[in-house]
Amino acid sequence: MEFNKIIRIRVARYALRVTRYMSIYFDHSATTPVDKKVLKEMMPYFNEKFGNPSSIHSFGQAAMAGVDKGREQVAEFLNCEPEEIIFTSGATESDNLALRGVISAVKRQGAKKPHVITTLIEHDAVLQPCLEMEKEGVEITFLPVKPNGVVDLEKLKKAIKDNTVLVSVMYVNSEVGSIQPIREIGKIIEKVNRNKLNEWKKGRTKDRGEKPRPIYFHTDATQALNFLPGNTKYLHVDLLSLSGHKIYGPKGVGALFVKKDVPLKAIQLGGHHEKNLRSGTLNVPGIVGLGAAISLLDEETVKNNNAKIAKLRNMLVDGIKKNIPDVILNTDRENSTPGHAHFSFLGVEGESILIALDLEGIAVSTGSACASGSLKASHVLLAMGIKKEIAHNSIRFSLGKNNTEAEIKRVIKILPSIIRKLRGMNPDYKK
Amino acid sequence: MSYSKKVLKHFKNPHNQGVIKNADAVGKVGNPTCGDVMKIYIKVKDNKIKNIKFETLGCAAAIAVSSALTDMVKGKTIEEALKVTKDKIVKDLGGLPPVKIHCSMLGVEALHEAIKNYKK
Repeated sequence: MEFNKIIRIRVARYALRVTRYMSIYFDHSATTPVDKKVLKEMMPYFNEKFGNPSSIHSFGQAAMAGVDKGREQVAEFLNCEPEEIIFTSGATESDNLALRGVISAVKRQGAKKPHVITTLIEHDAVLQPCLEMEKEGVEITFLPVKPNGVVDLEKLKKAIKDNTVLVSVMYVNSEVGSIQPIREIGKIIEKVNRNKLNEWKKGRTKDRGEKPRPIYFHTDATQALNFLPGNTKYLHVDLLSLSGHKIYGPKGVGALFVKKDVPLKAIQLGGHHEKNLRSGTLNVPGIVGLGAAISLLDEETVKNNNAKIAKLRNMLVDGIKKNIPDVILNTDRENSTPGHAHFSFLGVEGESILIALDLEGIAVSTGSACASGSLKASHVLLAMGIKKEIAHNSIRFSLGKNNTEAEIKRVIKILPSIIRKLRGMNPDYKK
Repeated sequence: MSYSKKVLKHFKNPHNQGVIKNADAVGKVGNPTCGDVMKIYIKVKDNKIKNIKFETLGCAAAIAVSSALTDMVKGKTIEEALKVTKDKIVKDLGGLPPVKIHCSMLGVEALHEAIKNYKK
């Protein structure tokens, strides 16, 4: 009897330890694990086919074959030509190259004061280059968003001016997951360009001056490709940034799609790689991995993943809303990726929730930038009209294809007591 | 950015967390728009801090600072308590990430506010 009791206690303790150390990952917007199939494809390129693809010998050519395949896979996904792909170190570099590259090129063509339109909810990889270019004399318009985190098309139309040369709008917002109407924006810009050209054609040859410069359209698609179409012709985009590690590929590799005839000047000079637009020895295993990861995103798989993840998110959102009072869901479920669920838990600082969950083995992200080094409330939430004190109360769950119902159940079980405890410490939270 | 084991320990099981109903003085600093509010309750007898409790809205560092600070000054005289600096708190916690140093300042300010109100 006594012995049985000891065994029962031991088993119970062991079970407790297992659940306590079950680590759960809900931060797929930050990064994703490399898919096993992707890793397998990459492996030979580290030490077997290790050549420099710029070398003419067989080692180099073996590596180049991997790069070529990766380029074709990316091009197929984006429905573009392989020559329209520039490999980079990631989406941050792709964004910098797109913005600075186009602006430098049009300046060189003679554009006096180029105007760029972007949004208040872009990633810093777009915002920072824009702010920097603003100091250098480029005119920048930062478009506001509606309360659901989506750009207002009417405001975008009104912002277009004669000197507008570039529009950059993210495909999906990384914090709340809102989907931007990229295809509609692309069509609007095409129409403006068409009208400008037709006006010009009507003019008399000797009076009409130079052919008008079109507006180019860039999108940062980093957060979108797991869930949404990447067909650049369907989207009507001229430039598109993407990253390997957000789509179950490796870190340190990304790509920029640049449509043929879009002017672009390199920002990194050196060894003439990538048609002289991005110098630097190609990251062969990374490119192979990026190609493999993107080729896993076929229509059928994306559809199935989306359905699975959407179901998990509904479970999470409903569970949290049911079990915790004073919660605001900042993600618009009708217009977001199925993976995002961004909440504000009133009366609790977001980072304290993050740490408390982490101590239980659950990884989430904070909406308030507090944890990431800056103490300011998230610029995205403020742009959505969310008050500062509520913005600080935020946590982002971003679900992925490997999450399970059991994991969702676990977080729903643990979170209410965490919130209760932290609210209990807040001097101003009504008790 | 990562927290020391001691910060996490204080955060997980904060000491002196709560309210003193018949406190001799209370000090409250911070602002929810900045994400931090700290409130310190003190009970003083014979010029010594006999009891101290805190309520804090803030990040893990702010909560750990509140816990460590209240431990440090409990039983000390008012003069001794006023000598506790933010650096001492940071050291006691085994360090804080650079962006979180201001949390330790918030703790000092809350305590000073409570003592100022006590002296009034």
